[in-house]
Amino acid sequence: MFAIEKYHKAATVQETVELLSQNSEAHLLAGGTDVLVKLREGHEQFKQLIDIHDVQELQSIEMLDDGTLSIGAGVSCTRLIRSEIVQAHIPVLAQAANMLGGPQVRNAATLGGNICNGAPSAENASPLVVLDAQVNIVGPNGSRLVPITEFYLRPGKVDLEQNEIVTDFRIAKESYENTGGEFCKYAMRNAMDIATIGCSVICRMDEDRIEDLHIAYTVAAPVPTRCRTAEEMCKGQVPSKALLNDLAKVVHEDLKPRDSWRASKDFRVHVISTLAERVTEKAIIRAGGIIA
Amino acid sequence: MAIGESVKRVDAAAKVTGRTRFASDNTMPGMRVAHYLRSPIAHGYVKSIDTSKVEELIGVDAVFTFEDVPTVRFATAGHAYNLEAAKRDVEDRLLLTRHVRYHGDEIAVVVAEDDLIAKQALSLIEVEYEEYPPILTPEDAMAADAMELHPDTQNSALPSSCLPKNVIGSHEYSNGDAADGIANADVSLEGTYQTQFQHHCHMETVVSWAYMDDTDHIVIESSTQIPHICRRIVAQALEMPIGRVRIIKPPIGGGFGNKQDVLVEPMVGFLASKLGGLPVRLELTREECISGTRVRHPFKVKVRAGADRDGTLKGLEIDVTSNTGAYASHGHSIASAAGSKIAPLYPRTPIHYKARTHYTTLPAAGAMRAYGAPQATFALDGMMEELAREIEMDPVDFRLKNGAVAGDPHPISGKPIVSAGVIECLKKGREIFNWDEKRKEYAEQDGPIRRGVGVACFSYGSNTWPVAVEISGCRMILNQDGSVNVQTGACEIGQGSDTVITQIAAEYLGIPEAKVKVLQTLDTDSTPYDPGAFASRQTYVFAHAVRQAAEQLREKIIAHASLMTEVPEEKLGLDGDICGPDGMRLSLEELAYDAYYNKFRGGQLTSEVSHKVQSNAYSYGCTFVEIEVDIPMCKVEIKNILNVHDSGRILNPQAATGQVHGGAAMGIAYAMSEELLFDPVTGKIRNNNLLDYKMPTCSDVPEIDAAYVETDETTSACGHKSIGEPPLITPAPAIRNAIWHATGVKVDRLPMGPKELFVHFREAGLLGLSMEKVGARDNVCD
Repeated sequence: MFAIEKYHKAATVQETVELLSQNSEAHLLAGGTDVLVKLREGHEQFKQLIDIHDVQELQSIEMLDDGTLSIGAGVSCTRLIRSEIVQAHIPVLAQAANMLGGPQVRNAATLGGNICNGAPSAENASPLVVLDAQVNIVGPNGSRLVPITEFYLRPGKVDLEQNEIVTDFRIAKESYENTGGEFCKYAMRNAMDIATIGCSVICRMDEDRIEDLHIAYTVAAPVPTRCRTAEEMCKGQVPSKALLNDLAKVVHEDLKPRDSWRASKDFRVHVISTLAERVTEKAIIRAGGIIA
Repeated sequence: MAIGESVKRVDAAAKVTGRTRFASDNTMPGMRVAHYLRSPIAHGYVKSIDTSKVEELIGVDAVFTFEDVPTVRFATAGHAYNLEAAKRDVEDRLLLTRHVRYHGDEIAVVVAEDDLIAKQALSLIEVEYEEYPPILTPEDAMAADAMELHPDTQNSALPSSCLPKNVIGSHEYSNGDAADGIANADVSLEGTYQTQFQHHCHMETVVSWAYMDDTDHIVIESSTQIPHICRRIVAQALEMPIGRVRIIKPPIGGGFGNKQDVLVEPMVGFLASKLGGLPVRLELTREECISGTRVRHPFKVKVRAGADRDGTLKGLEIDVTSNTGAYASHGHSIASAAGSKIAPLYPRTPIHYKARTHYTTLPAAGAMRAYGAPQATFALDGMMEELAREIEMDPVDFRLKNGAVAGDPHPISGKPIVSAGVIECLKKGREIFNWDEKRKEYAEQDGPIRRGVGVACFSYGSNTWPVAVEISGCRMILNQDGSVNVQTGACEIGQGSDTVITQIAAEYLGIPEAKVKVLQTLDTDSTPYDPGAFASRQTYVFAHAVRQAAEQLREKIIAHASLMTEVPEEKLGLDGDICGPDGMRLSLEELAYDAYYNKFRGGQLTSEVSHKVQSNAYSYGCTFVEIEVDIPMCKVEIKNILNVHDSGRILNPQAATGQVHGGAAMGIAYAMSEELLFDPVTGKIRNNNLLDYKMPTCSDVPEIDAAYVETDETTSACGHKSIGEPPLITPAPAIRNAIWHATGVKVDRLPMGPKELFVHFREAGLLGLSMEKVGARDNVCD
């Protein structure tokens, strides 16, 4: 049983925005895999719900005319994993989505929900960050695009007003074209777990040199974070074990893992370094590079 | 017929299609729900409690606090009653408490129309606590300024004046002069091994519901392993005659020892009686189950041992400190049983075992699959590994040299051990596993990813004899269609006992399994007495009663057939039909109709047996494991794991292998990931949920191989011994020994997950980074 006070079902984005405006305490319900857990725990802020599960505009995965990928916020993790577009152009996102929860949760959980709840451990966050995704937000006054790194404000808080809805995530062609990517979720279990550390890397090679490399972590700072110092260091370099070693040290410049009973800071620091080497190595190889 | 064959479980189709009805599937019109108010602190005293706001809430039937419950203290452990007062379980529970002894202790209870109203009601109860310092370790519990946690408890076994503060029990035994053996050994070693709080995580949470019937009897349907014991304890707690309490046990979704305790049954009985018989259900959440029912006792075990260079184990000194948490539950029985369960493993070695169990302000520890043996064996076979290394002997050879053989005297009873197959298990495992090749192959490794192999052995009992009465009962009825209904007090908890009862009944009746129907729902008003499912006792004990009842009914059937056919009884047989001379056949259906409806002869053909067993049998076995350690990732992957068991004659290989798979998986969980954590300052529970309590998923548990060495246990009705709990015991020490083999790093504390291995690997200099040292883990489960 859930203590639900009001329940609305929206059919369109427009209707969702209207319902949000009319019900200032209402929250969106998409897959329900977070909201229903919160309700069970007695979080009263979710007692008024607007169900967007069947809003078709949120369900598409498509390539726009300019090559930009648009992934609907209502797309489930299972659909992400199976999407030919995702698999062909941004497989790193499918890799991450496949590590979220278990099969039943992945059938219900949506990309939008995973990002909008602001969890520092969200599986899909680090791939979207390395892909420079833009968050498309619709509100009463129209729409706005926000880079995902700016969308995350602090743990549990994103740049989304009560009367706004995220409709889709956009990834520009130049962000994914000719890249190789890799994701790793480090957790205590192989499935159905919360990440101790999550890491994504995408890489583009220019002959035998790294043209561009993006590396981002989750649970390594208050919000999903790119390691720009390390990225700068890699640009133009020939991949080597020594470079990976250096990378494992330099990624920490931009990170601030916490010390908690779930994992000590020292342990997280060690995992961050280990993943820097392992995930980057795989991404470089996927991009056609060779580790000297 | 089919003893020894993989007969399909009698409940297989119902279980896999979801047709089975469990306790919470059964309901009654007007049923109410109850919820506990649990303390948000680990230790304290309720200064005041105000429930007046709850009473105004619509939909609330009642609220009761510690002031409203009976003042009779009762023990919750699921042991058969002991006529000797000194050997009974410690009676330290009330239905609700004013003295808070752990985070989540039960202060009050609300009964309401539905869960939401009940939860709202709980939020309206105002409680003022006086907080006391938490007591988290046995050392804390014995400190001069520590509070007495149970000052009013009658510990009949040992008057509290005889025991140090907050000690619930202690004992020791010895066989031979262990100290002298160690002193005269070529090498001697000492080690300290620690284990953690583990929870059972049965799929079905704890649930009971109760109502009062037309004759004022309290009827309780419960997910329990111990219906008859439960009945006695509920009667005691509610100050009622035993005959006024009726416990019904439907199919249950796992217990693993947690439900070998009386949990919420006395409370639902109390509520139903207080509310004029209204049906009331109390179903715990997963969170409440994990920290508010029972857990496995953490042990700290000091071992001193000596061996000669020829591999002779010369002496073992084992000193156990056990933490039972807030309430006795099974209390010191766990540390006591641990000592007796490991005793027959290396029985020719002098042993001195001593143990002490302490109260602390942590969740109550009770029975959990293998009952103390996993803790003690982690220490014992950890030490065996160290000795083998010290004398430079192969670990398998060292165990072969010292393991039990049939005829060895049991170190505690002095009686010869009837069957002992540990040597054969080790030899069989060594060959199947290619131990010798792997041991050599992985001897010298460097690099970040390394492999290793490990082995460990165990011994275990097949019931609780001679500590407690061992009794089971069986009743059989021939139905008109020639089928036979079988009623036993044996408790099917998923282990497959109903199937094995079917096999034994069919075998000794002489009819096909399809003609045998074991009554699935136990009901203390009608099912024969049997204490229940625990101590891996069920098949060993009930087989006697079932076999005897089958033999008796078979005799009655033959006698009636003789009346019908005028063929002498000795010339008649039963092979599905009655068979006699010259190809004579008489169907059981025809016979049954005659017995029921012939006006002049026969009657309903039945048999009934209540049998007390006065023997125990020791099962043996070992785990072989091959692992791959990714050192920088601090992760261990099990590549191969093999359990080899001597459980006597295997009555149903598929069912036995199911037990091995489930038990070894729980043992792997114990080794690698599961631990109930608490705040080291406040004693508050951190991870009473399945996100943070790291129960492995199917993708974390490898394929598990099982093999058997079938000895003949002559004390047993069908030659068999225990298999339910033993598979859990040895994965942890075997994995620990394999990690040592692979990496050179010795881990003496469970679990051995990535966070723990990180600390060990860093200390050993394996992580190759000049990282600053941090302190040891903060969650020390002493």
